[in-house]
Amino acid sequence: MTPAESVQPVQPVLLTSCLTRAFRTKGGPVEAVRGIDLSVGRGEILGFLGPNGAGKTTTLRMLTTLLTPTAGSATVAGHDLTEDPAGVRRKIGYVAQSGGVDPNVPVREELVTQARFYRIPKAEAAARAEELAARLGLSALLDRKCASLSGGQRRRLDIAMGLTHRPEILFLDEPTTGLDPGSRAELWDLIRTLNDELHTTVFLTTHYLDEAEALAGRLVIVDRGKVAAEGTSEALKAEYGGGPGATLQETFIAITGHGSAAGRGTGAPVAV
Amino acid sequence: MSHLITDTGVVFGRYTRQMLGSRVALLFGLLQPLLFLVLFGPLLEDVPLGGSGDSWQTLVPGLLVQLGLFSSAFAGFGILMEKNTGVIERMRVTPVSRLALLLGRILCDVLQLLAQALVLVVTGMAFGLRAPVAGVLLGFLFVGVLAMSLASLSYALAMHVSTPQEFAPVVNAVNLPAMLLSGILLPMALAPAWLDAVSHFVPFRYLVDAVRAAFVGDYGSGSVAVGALVAVVMASVSMALGTHFFRKAGA
Repeated sequence: MTPAESVQPVQPVLLTSCLTRAFRTKGGPVEAVRGIDLSVGRGEILGFLGPNGAGKTTTLRMLTTLLTPTAGSATVAGHDLTEDPAGVRRKIGYVAQSGGVDPNVPVREELVTQARFYRIPKAEAAARAEELAARLGLSALLDRKCASLSGGQRRRLDIAMGLTHRPEILFLDEPTTGLDPGSRAELWDLIRTLNDELHTTVFLTTHYLDEAEALAGRLVIVDRGKVAAEGTSEALKAEYGGGPGATLQETFIAITGHGSAAGRGTGAPVAV
Repeated sequence: MSHLITDTGVVFGRYTRQMLGSRVALLFGLLQPLLFLVLFGPLLEDVPLGGSGDSWQTLVPGLLVQLGLFSSAFAGFGILMEKNTGVIERMRVTPVSRLALLLGRILCDVLQLLAQALVLVVTGMAFGLRAPVAGVLLGFLFVGVLAMSLASLSYALAMHVSTPQEFAPVVNAVNLPAMLLSGILLPMALAPAWLDAVSHFVPFRYLVDAVRAAFVGDYGSGSVAVGALVAVVMASVSMALGTHFFRKAGA
């Protein structure tokens, strides 16, 4: 799962330079992201990891146009993030951790309206909804309300929503959090298939190291608002973990110096 | 521009289908003015109200404005729920026009209000309301513009707060005094001088006066013209504010 050619992305589809976001708080400005440089190659699955509060979500929100960077720049799918956010929106799909479907609305309605938001004509939007539902195993559920879906089905619908316009990059924010092992395995297969068959670049954040290792060709580990390390999991283990026999968990702790900001020194289970 | 129109249509369609799917909620919004009409209206039949026209021509216009005031001011509640489910954020990542996200919702609110207004007027007629058709239509126009203004402000507020607990007190703090001071239930002609003076600072008062004038067919009087002016100013200011806040929060 770690193809050597993805180590050096040749054709970046996402490039950031010193991307920074500061928040004003009562105690003065806080820099959540302090100059992140990233390069994601076309067709890559990138695992974006870091302890809680490291700046993962803030970075993701900037790259998906939800938050304006306070400094630095980024090009996403050929469009400048600050100059042309509308251009970026046309080319990316984003699946938030909380999903984003209305529980009272039928599945088909959500899929068709989502396609219409991307200005896909009516007839085509309806066809896309059918096609996506078939690909993601949701065909039998099209006329049910979103509220009636199981956790795994809901997650597949969330991903379908992010794919209606065939985006170049799909951003997945902790896609398997809260899923049972069976649904997790299904979702992993789905993400691999999307990447293989549609050549969609996947930018994935996760708290599960096994997930990152199983899916991502390359890992970027952020800590305290900066990139702390990046490379394949093998390379990271060799460099930071003390050898190829090291686990990714040992490596991760060696890089960030702690499991999570909250669990530091408490002996709590490591949640990345 | 063509994107704005298509996008607004898509947003309008989404919320209209949701609205039609919850007809109970539609009736619920109508409940309060209908109760006033049925249980309070008959009390006024023989009371001198100081205006032209009979008591129904005084009360029904007031109830129409009340309907507009309450249903539109709480329009933002929907956004609070959509924020919780992540729907707002999901829409913000699509290229859909930010203005269309606001306009589509507002148009749906206006449509809902007009349907409710029609039920209210027809019920009023059963109780003895008589008014010229043109006057009633003019009244609907006023209430529609009022609804646009208030819904726009309500959505702007909802984009800024995160819980119903923050949202509802603000709306109530504005709505109740506005309702009492605009002479919705009883005309301000009955008020002592000081109360009448205060009520002149409440823009809704002019709308109530205008709709009452329209319901007695008195289109040429100053009331309709002043009401129209107030409605246009109110709509322009609220829409400008609403769009600004909606864009800012939804950048």
